[in-house]
Amino acid sequence: MNELKIKTEISAVPRKEISSVVIRFAGDSGDGIQITGSRFTDTTALAGNDLATFPDFPAEIRAPVGTTFGVSAFQINFGSRRIETAGDDPDVLVALNPAALMVNLARLKPGGMIIVDSGTFSDRNLKKAGYLANPLEDGSLSAYSVVDIDITKHVLESVKEFGLTQKEGLRCKNFWVLGLVYWIYGRDRSDTIDWLRRKFAKRPEIADANIAALNAGHIFGEASEVSGLTHLYTIPAAEMPHGLYRTVTGGEALAWGLVAGAELANLKIFFGSYPITPASPVLHTLAKMKQFGVKTFQAEDEIAAVCSAIGASYAGSLGITSSSGPGIALKGEAIGLAISTELPLIIVNSQRAGPSTGMPTKTEQSDLYQAVYGRNGDAPVVVLAAHGPSDCFDVAIEACRLATKYMTPVMLLTDGYIGNAAEPWLIPSVADRTPFPIRFETNPEGFAPFNRNPETLARQWAVPGTPGLEHRIGGIEKEDGSGNISYEPANHQRMTDLRRDKILNIANDIPEQTVESGESSGALAVVGWGSTYGPISRAVDNKLAEGKKVSHIHLRHIWPLPRNLGDLLRGFDKVIVPEMNDGQLKTVLRDQYLIDAQPLTKVTGQPFKISEIERAIDAALEN
Amino acid sequence: MNIAVTKEKMKPTDFASDQEVRWCPGCGDYAILKAVQRTLPDLDTPKENYVFVSGIGCSSRFPYYMSTYGFHTIHGRAPAFATGIKIANPELDVWMVTGDGDGFSIGGNHMLHVLRRNVDLQILLCNNEIYGLTKGQYSPTSEVGLRTPSSPDGSVDTPLKPLVFTLGAGARFAARAYDTQKTLPEVLKRAHAHKGTSLVEILQNCIVYNDAVFDNVLARDVAAEKQLHVEHGKPLIFGAEKNKGIRLNARTLTLEAVTIGENGVTEEDILVHDETNRSLATLIAAMDGHDLPMAFGVIYCDPAPTYEAGIEAKLDAAKASGTPSLDALLRQGHTWQA
Repeated sequence: MNELKIKTEISAVPRKEISSVVIRFAGDSGDGIQITGSRFTDTTALAGNDLATFPDFPAEIRAPVGTTFGVSAFQINFGSRRIETAGDDPDVLVALNPAALMVNLARLKPGGMIIVDSGTFSDRNLKKAGYLANPLEDGSLSAYSVVDIDITKHVLESVKEFGLTQKEGLRCKNFWVLGLVYWIYGRDRSDTIDWLRRKFAKRPEIADANIAALNAGHIFGEASEVSGLTHLYTIPAAEMPHGLYRTVTGGEALAWGLVAGAELANLKIFFGSYPITPASPVLHTLAKMKQFGVKTFQAEDEIAAVCSAIGASYAGSLGITSSSGPGIALKGEAIGLAISTELPLIIVNSQRAGPSTGMPTKTEQSDLYQAVYGRNGDAPVVVLAAHGPSDCFDVAIEACRLATKYMTPVMLLTDGYIGNAAEPWLIPSVADRTPFPIRFETNPEGFAPFNRNPETLARQWAVPGTPGLEHRIGGIEKEDGSGNISYEPANHQRMTDLRRDKILNIANDIPEQTVESGESSGALAVVGWGSTYGPISRAVDNKLAEGKKVSHIHLRHIWPLPRNLGDLLRGFDKVIVPEMNDGQLKTVLRDQYLIDAQPLTKVTGQPFKISEIERAIDAALEN
Repeated sequence: MNIAVTKEKMKPTDFASDQEVRWCPGCGDYAILKAVQRTLPDLDTPKENYVFVSGIGCSSRFPYYMSTYGFHTIHGRAPAFATGIKIANPELDVWMVTGDGDGFSIGGNHMLHVLRRNVDLQILLCNNEIYGLTKGQYSPTSEVGLRTPSSPDGSVDTPLKPLVFTLGAGARFAARAYDTQKTLPEVLKRAHAHKGTSLVEILQNCIVYNDAVFDNVLARDVAAEKQLHVEHGKPLIFGAEKNKGIRLNARTLTLEAVTIGENGVTEEDILVHDETNRSLATLIAAMDGHDLPMAFGVIYCDPAPTYEAGIEAKLDAAKASGTPSLDALLRQGHTWQA
């Protein structure tokens, strides 16, 4: 029955063409907001728009219904132009209950559109959300364009024929809303319908009900065009480099990059991990890649996770572990052992707000000190940082290259925002990448476990099972070359120097630092790392368009730093460092180059807004 | 293919490294090292496939004295390293050496999980009921009341029984021996033959900080009365006259020592050792040399599939659909052309 109506589609009503829009879906954590967001993301990507997303959800799996702390949100910025961030302030807020409105209204642009489910605005829910009066009735929303629909009633009506319970019926609400939003932006529903059919293949009645709700929301839009409930929009496809695209989250890109890197190194992956928010998606993705020989091991704790990975590297696999800040803290001693025994190891840190448990589902970049300095002894490792979801792929490959070439732990920093956010990705070809196959030592002639490659200073990698190369390694200081235990004073000095120089020498094997936009010297450099890429890039581009003298520099290599970075930064009158921490990269830059890098810090658990960085640029240029 | 056959048989000294052994003179670890070096030539593992993994402590220096592959890791974590090694390459023959502090205090969590997972390893637990390397503090297996620098007026910690823990964790092999036991290599061979985690508790004398702590069981004059050497299918008989045995008190579900020929006790009443019986093994493992003799030998052996075999089977199943291509995987699902 509803199939017929799908064909009616976009009528003659004129649609306003816009270049981008930011929508924030918000509702109770049981409302399926993240699913709504990811379905909207796929449909938007298939329509050819560029996009960036920001899933913003609570740590509680099912918080009490209707509470403000149970509100889950998903923000998407999409358009016909290049999209760098999930958007500062939404143009549209979809609020499926009063709590969602309460929590998210302050973000909405003045004059923005609010789509609310008035069916949830009962006295009880209003009270739970902290409203003294109903905002739909007291005029407090007069500055916005409010589309006020009893969605609860409509969705139950639309799924009546499927014999669902009231509870099951209400679970279709997110698809009803999605149908309405698709109508507003002229989007095709077929991808979402296909997804529902696949997802609920074993429960076709659930698929049918959700599809009916999706269609009903759409039809409601069609019918209401007469009443002028809302404007209709169209957002043309974005100009993107040619090629085949897909959407990708940081967690997926990272996992795939690790598999690609291991393939290029001609090694098998051993991934030892312990579940932790927000790092677990990497484990989940790799657990589904057994056909590539990937061995995943869910260890009993963070320490066992890293230790098993080091054991696997010792045995000739590429050992990888993954966690978030608190877990990385637990791994510290074992990372020191990997440094001391000079074994390859990749440690992925999906950073979250700290210290301690902090705010597990909220993003932060406050583990830079921990990555660079956070171990006992003089214990240098390589530190890399991904700047966005798709960048995780390339950074993961770089981590594999450096870990195996230099026989060293590599800390790969990403964060909760990057891990969960999605963006369109020009799919790379692994077959076209240059392989970097490792070479296991097999020749007993003159073998000693700590014999080194004179250029890289990396020791030989001789794995158990190789005849004639039996040797012992461990965390006690060892004599260079033989690896025998040594407490000899000059030897410890020498080994400490070697471990340091081996890592610093990597600066000669990584690209020189480039400038993302703006001149390579001038009045002001904005230096970022990690997931601040989007807002910094947009802010600097906007200021360049205004004729301001500002440049954007974004670091992938945090340790060692690129060899030309000091000279590059000294070419600017001022340097500001926006970071989602209390000023950590700023301190490293001051320490390394004695430059007056100024911090721009934000630790609210939310990404920087473009406008915040623009203001900082203006302020720096004025003074 | 017959290289191994034509090879001359290895000798114990072939497994000694060139490093000077630095345990205290008279330490029980020397005897354990010798027993292991006597055991390996009789096994069919190529030398290059042996890996000795340890944590931190006196006994954890073990790998340095073997001429095999060895990894001296960090305190308490040897089970996790060993697990990673074995999963990465199931062909390797992995031996873990640990102590009562390393294995059951700082590493208790890892010990629990390696035992329940049943990774194919031999775990040699050198139990000396003391912290040796940190100079003599009480350990989780020390008796209540032990006076040490950290318990000057006597420890109040209830000791842990390693083999009861081992069986409680779901391990499929548990054995006990003592450092100077002549038949220690036989017990080690049984542990090696068992596919899965095989834990051998070895009572090890610390001559400096806890000397003669096991004398109540091991001293020559009490040995016959205080030691029960178990054998599968044989009655649990002990005593100088071989006339004492272990009987089950069915009412209290406890074991009791009885003398054959006294109070109407006959050989029929004596329990027969069944190393595949976990309930019986748990009762036997708990006998501590006080009221009942302490059991030595293979107390429990009932093989089950190993952890790494389970992982390999999953991988094989996933690979059955053909050679995968990452490039193909990245192009699966929703894609579009720009």
